[in-house]
Amino acid sequence: MIPNQAPRKIGWMEFGLLSPEELRKLAVTKIISADTYDEDGFPIEMGLMDPRLGTIDPGLRCKTCGQKVDACPGHFGYIDLAMPVIHVGFAKTIKNCLANTCKECGRLLLTDGEREELLQKMKSGLEGSRLPKQVALKASKAANCPHCGIKTSMIDSDKPTTFRANGRKLIASEIREWLEKIKDEDLPFLDINPKTARPEWMVLTVLLVPPISTRPSITLQSGERSEDDLTHKLVDIIHINQKLQENRDAGAPQLIIEDLWELLQYHITTYFDNQTSGIPPARHRSGRALKTLSQRLKGKEGRFRSNLSGKRVNFSARTVISPDSHISVNEVVVPIEIARELTLPVRIIPNNLEAMRELVKRGPNPQVPNEYYVPGVNYVIRKDGRKLKVIEKDAEELADRLEMGYVVERQLMDGDIVLFNRQPSLHRMSMMAHMVKVMPNKTFRLNLSVCPPYNADFDGDEMNLHAVQSEEARSEAEVLMKVQENMLSPRFGGPIIGALHDHITGCFLLTYKQRKFSMSEVTQILSAIDYKGKLPKVKVDKQCGKWISGKDIFSLLLPKELNLEYRATCCAKCEVCQKRDCPNDAWVVLRDGRLLQGTIDDKSIGAFKGEILAQTARRWGNKAACQFLDKITRMGIATLDVLGFSLGIDDEDIPSDAKNQIKETLDKTRKKIENLIKAYEDGNLEVLPARSPEETLEMEIMRATGQGRDLAGEIASRSLGMDNNAVIMAKSGARGSMLNVSQMAGCVGQQAVRGERISRGYLNRTLPHFKPGDLSAEAKGFVSSSYKSGLTPTEYFFNSMGGREGLVDTAVRTSRSGYMQRRLINALEDIKVKEDGSVRDTTGSIIQFQYGEDGVDPSKSVFGDAVKIDDIIKEAMEGE
Amino acid sequence: MVKFSILDHKLVPGHIILSGDEAKKVLKAYRIESGQLPKILDKDPVIKAIGAKPGQIIKIVRKSGSAGETISYRLVVDSKVTLTKI
Repeated sequence: MIPNQAPRKIGWMEFGLLSPEELRKLAVTKIISADTYDEDGFPIEMGLMDPRLGTIDPGLRCKTCGQKVDACPGHFGYIDLAMPVIHVGFAKTIKNCLANTCKECGRLLLTDGEREELLQKMKSGLEGSRLPKQVALKASKAANCPHCGIKTSMIDSDKPTTFRANGRKLIASEIREWLEKIKDEDLPFLDINPKTARPEWMVLTVLLVPPISTRPSITLQSGERSEDDLTHKLVDIIHINQKLQENRDAGAPQLIIEDLWELLQYHITTYFDNQTSGIPPARHRSGRALKTLSQRLKGKEGRFRSNLSGKRVNFSARTVISPDSHISVNEVVVPIEIARELTLPVRIIPNNLEAMRELVKRGPNPQVPNEYYVPGVNYVIRKDGRKLKVIEKDAEELADRLEMGYVVERQLMDGDIVLFNRQPSLHRMSMMAHMVKVMPNKTFRLNLSVCPPYNADFDGDEMNLHAVQSEEARSEAEVLMKVQENMLSPRFGGPIIGALHDHITGCFLLTYKQRKFSMSEVTQILSAIDYKGKLPKVKVDKQCGKWISGKDIFSLLLPKELNLEYRATCCAKCEVCQKRDCPNDAWVVLRDGRLLQGTIDDKSIGAFKGEILAQTARRWGNKAACQFLDKITRMGIATLDVLGFSLGIDDEDIPSDAKNQIKETLDKTRKKIENLIKAYEDGNLEVLPARSPEETLEMEIMRATGQGRDLAGEIASRSLGMDNNAVIMAKSGARGSMLNVSQMAGCVGQQAVRGERISRGYLNRTLPHFKPGDLSAEAKGFVSSSYKSGLTPTEYFFNSMGGREGLVDTAVRTSRSGYMQRRLINALEDIKVKEDGSVRDTTGSIIQFQYGEDGVDPSKSVFGDAVKIDDIIKEAMEGE
Repeated sequence: MVKFSILDHKLVPGHIILSGDEAKKVLKAYRIESGQLPKILDKDPVIKAIGAKPGQIIKIVRKSGSAGETISYRLVVDSKVTLTKI
């Protein structure tokens, strides 16, 4: 093993080219045969699979270094090319060299004066990176070589590897000779370091053959060997190289030699990069493009992004997710099958020896009566590092052999800390620590409240789970990554984990105005949260008998010292707020942990808004907030269980006089639009400033249709009161909005594409159902029906057009913002906040003197502000 | 042709040249070398207006949305020298 594995600083790094001599020295053998194996299946000496190039066979030792597969790094071979060939990777540099030097004397196309001037600039270190450009600028102007007076040639290239001087094609050997003439002193002007490279080395005469471990062949089940793409490519190269050599030695006509030479150039070019523009990619027999050297490294699936920046890991699991509203947000349900596979290492110490013996005795698949799961042990690691698989047969014997220093790989059990993740991992809440709960069935199950941070739903989403292996990592995960520690968002200082949908509806129904709950109902609700303690005040009246107010039931969960006053989501936004006398019960007053008035909805407990959640987390800690959340969600569900809650088609029924009213308003709107069109056609339309008459008409019509829809919606919602389930959800902020309700019951309204009325389709009309040039509401995408009443075919089509635009927009937005985020992350990834509050990069240079200029951690702020001074003053005043 | 002093413009924050002692204090407080400070070119209009020279440290007092007022420091650098040379 490496004796010292401590990180070390890289002193310097050098980039350069290898000379043909160095290449030969690097190689262990010359490769002359294009064949890989002989008839007996043995590798051919000096062939592409020469045993000296290293071994991939686990049984064999390498013929060069004598090591086995895992220790032998592989060794290079080389091919002597019959004719020199351009290296594609350096085509640009070669062109630059040719363009700036003289064909005859190989000197820079600069006068001594110009050269001296640039040399001075170079020495002073000024404009360092712009220098080669300046050379090119000056050199390209020279018509004749300033040194030998020869006329300079214009260099251009049509294909990546062919160069023309004044239109005449330069062959590779010519180029190599030319490059050889360039003097070392001139190289810095061409951006080449003469200490590490010579320009002629960019024209290959020797090709390095990578070791077998770089291009392993695979044996198929049929016993047939399948070679790597690189080997295929090398076979081609050797074939052509051989042919070229034979033809040249036999004195074949120039034409044939040139053809073969070009073919060799093609093969070597595609061997380096099979996606060179202007060159057809080399293909496999099946038609698939070969994956050659450059393709192995480049891009998302390349070595860098796929294998070095990111890796596959052990001790992880992945499966479909589904909801479970009975577990805590801190928990995750793990299927038994997965729990049996994932293990945690436990080191044997005196205190756990006996317990571990018991565990090992159970074997890898213990079945205990009346228990659906008990953890077993998959492996035992001896002191010498040998890993022993535990099988049922010898589990007992193995248990007896346990002693200090052994490590037992125990299966996952309830209470273990694991990391849970859903891709794309866009923020730190995409990976949080959960406590394991092992249960039957095959999905991971999570509490609904943690869906927003993961952005998860249950339409087939899968998530990953990682069993954290070391004690240190586990405690770190528990302190920093547990769900409860991430309740307050680092984005805006409010909760991102909170109640949603039904939980909010439930709490809303529980606390809205003075709902009475009978004793049996109260029992049912309170048993859902395992409540133990005193009941709230029981009231009696003639109609209902003994009852308890919903507000009092909810108050049981509140921290005892909680004092808050705010406006709920169901606030009607009256012109003058009546505060405590709010007719909608939207002014929430919490006093000493009791809900005195107001309704609990999205604003109180919801994700993103939840005032009570935020306040609890800040004052009583994350654990308290988490327990509070677990309880209110269960209470919300229990309330809905008691009261019942559903949404059906008849929830959007409105009385017939309301329907008539809507029809009237829509007729009025239509009339208004007709008048507008008439006025426009007569030229009487009052044109808005800086608008054309057409634009004015469109804007006026849009306004009219908007008004029409709003009026229709208003009429519809007037007949749908707080006893309507859709309205309850909209007002409480649980799901949907009043716009959705009015679209269902009243009128869907104007459909728009790109913010304008629908105008595309046929010539001068949207659909063949209308006359060309028809500007009326119906012809341009106004949907006067409601979703309940049903849409006409044309309306349906317009509605779909509007909907499609939304879909396309989201698709475009996600891909674009994803790329933007990737670039931002790459730019900012190693910037961090130091102990003194300054923001610095890895070199210790200061980016920001105080984080965010005020040094406030947004996750500890109050919805963005460091402190809410008004609330503090209020509290202090009340305390007196 | 400068018609007014840019330093009087309300959008230009206050730039103050630090004395040698003050500069040392700042560097000591952050435990850094002058090269680790953010930079400002000597051809920057404000630097020309207050007459700071390369190597000097400038204190900038800005209005801040989050903190009200914020102080930062910048090292004046020679615009003719590429950054790698510093």
